[in-house]
Amino acid sequence: MTMTFIIDALVTIIGITTPILLAASGELVVEKSGVINLGVEGMMLVGAIAGFAVTFETGNPWLGIAVAMLAGSLASLIFGVLVLSFGANQVATGLALTIFGIGLSSLIGSNYVGIALEGVESPFPSVLSADPFWRLIFGHSPFVYFAIFLILAIGYFLNKTRAGLVLRAVGENDHSAHSIGYSVLGIRYAAIAFGGAIAGLAGADFSMVISPLWAEQMTAGRGWIALALVVFAGWRAGPLLAGAYFFGVLMALELYAKASGYAIMPSQFWAAMPYLIAVIVLAIISSRDGRGGKAPACLGKPFIPNG
Amino acid sequence: MTNFTRRDFVKTAAAASVLPVLGTSARAADPLKVAFIYLGPVGDYGWTWAHDKGRKEMEAALGGQVKSTYVENVKEDASAIPILRDLARQGNKLIFATSFGYMDQVLEVAKEFPDVKFEHCTGFKRAANVTTYNSRFHEGRAVTGTVAGKISKSGVIGYLGSFKIPEVVMGVNAFTLAAQAVNPKIQTKLVMIDSWFDPAKETAATETLANLGCDVIATHTDSPAPLQLCQKKGIFGFGQGADMSKFAPKAQLTAIEDIWGPHYTARAKAALAGTWKSEDFWDGIKEGAVKVSAYNASVPKDVQDAANKIIDGYKAGSYDVFTGPIYDQGGALKVKEGQKMGLGDLATIDWYVKGVQSA
Repeated sequence: MTMTFIIDALVTIIGITTPILLAASGELVVEKSGVINLGVEGMMLVGAIAGFAVTFETGNPWLGIAVAMLAGSLASLIFGVLVLSFGANQVATGLALTIFGIGLSSLIGSNYVGIALEGVESPFPSVLSADPFWRLIFGHSPFVYFAIFLILAIGYFLNKTRAGLVLRAVGENDHSAHSIGYSVLGIRYAAIAFGGAIAGLAGADFSMVISPLWAEQMTAGRGWIALALVVFAGWRAGPLLAGAYFFGVLMALELYAKASGYAIMPSQFWAAMPYLIAVIVLAIISSRDGRGGKAPACLGKPFIPNG
Repeated sequence: MTNFTRRDFVKTAAAASVLPVLGTSARAADPLKVAFIYLGPVGDYGWTWAHDKGRKEMEAALGGQVKSTYVENVKEDASAIPILRDLARQGNKLIFATSFGYMDQVLEVAKEFPDVKFEHCTGFKRAANVTTYNSRFHEGRAVTGTVAGKISKSGVIGYLGSFKIPEVVMGVNAFTLAAQAVNPKIQTKLVMIDSWFDPAKETAATETLANLGCDVIATHTDSPAPLQLCQKKGIFGFGQGADMSKFAPKAQLTAIEDIWGPHYTARAKAALAGTWKSEDFWDGIKEGAVKVSAYNASVPKDVQDAANKIIDGYKAGSYDVFTGPIYDQGGALKVKEGQKMGLGDLATIDWYVKGVQSA
């Protein structure tokens, strides 16, 4: 167990954790406002292809990232209009958004199959980013730093700022928030658009950093893991950060154990893991009513102002 | 029509009498409906992409005689059954199921539709209306293994697999045996990621193998992501299913290309001609079903020569990587000196050769 080995492993963990952390962070804000958007996977894919295509066409990864966020946001607003302005069922509409995102990204992406990009690298000088030790801190893509900054900022926003309090109020009791003059729908629209932008960014992490190419459905279900993570974390920023890294460590552990010749658990167990975790999470949630980490009271319910 | 003559009438009547005949003959010449179910998206640029390329080649070769459809992202579980059933009900008379995990589902649906012909890729269970077809990909892996054994400096090579199924086990073994033939000290580290297509996990697993000292890594999953990681890390790999050199111009030493078009064309032709019957196909380098791409310019001449010798050996029928003595991981002799493993044994193989380090 050399230092290099440990640093190598940590770099892998940080890389695979980041897109999940990002997507879950965006969804946390959406759910805190009382809306559940199951379209994360779809928005990620839209962001992935938008970021890839724009970067490829313009050669400017920053523009690619901006358009990925814009695209994720626009996709989420389709959902927003349906569930907020038309009161459509959030679960069904979110699922539809995922299917739409898969289809749309495949359609646009058909022109981009078989093309590679230069991956987005660390913004720091190579003295730091390629240093055997300091690369642990400086050797990552900008996505990594932003993801950690973002979840900390969201934690601060939700718990320490007035605007965050208003957002939570909208999610906990929409009618009260409405009656004291807050625009429930306006705030929810903003939250949905924000969640979409961050999901788009998470998608771009796949197509611009992790494997700089476009392949249909390349997010391979990470959007669902991000959704589960929000629940797992009890709608709190700190546990969400920890949970995302827990997931990353788990995956790295699996890979290292296998590559070193240790099974730990049979392969079928690893394959069943996501489902197992989902069941455990649901069990935990239903058993901890009354304690911390409860779902926002208005989660999933359409808001129809009375009077 | 004032001057409607008797002659015109005769013509019209003749034409009318021909009509129903035309009708039936037109029906008989209706295009054969051919359907495919795919494991991944057609845009994976790997396994599914290669099958879809084969489908398009079949359509191009047979023109209006066939009409094909496909369903992508079909899971290898019970959900494949209603999809196969729907395709059969929609009038598809020839259905290709292009992954190992559809095996029992194909047999179940085939029983319900005896007049529909099914072909299952990489499986080993057949019925009167179920053909199995496979390619001897392991021949390609014997070639890449030879290259890996010669190129690797650390003597530790990696293999990124999907599931422990015969097709993958065969690949690991062929790759390792061929590498050991040129460097007896070779060790292969094997990671199965429980998925065929997951670029992020493929990348993480490849990175893990690289971190553990592998300097040449073969891929048996479906995306070019592992090769990109090899490129980034300055190590080497091989394209899987297609020439992936544009994803990793330095890292791809060569690639194994899957060529399915000729099989699909031949089988659709057989179905049209009424000569289709249940068979078991195993085509390889010799038949053109497995192709090795051009070598990277960085591959030294002697390595290319050694690899070409394997290709020529397969073409001539004088070489087989599964020729004894072959020992398993525990050191037990599985294939005696001079003996060869039959395709039947290979089709159900579930043990790794000596030198493979697996979980």
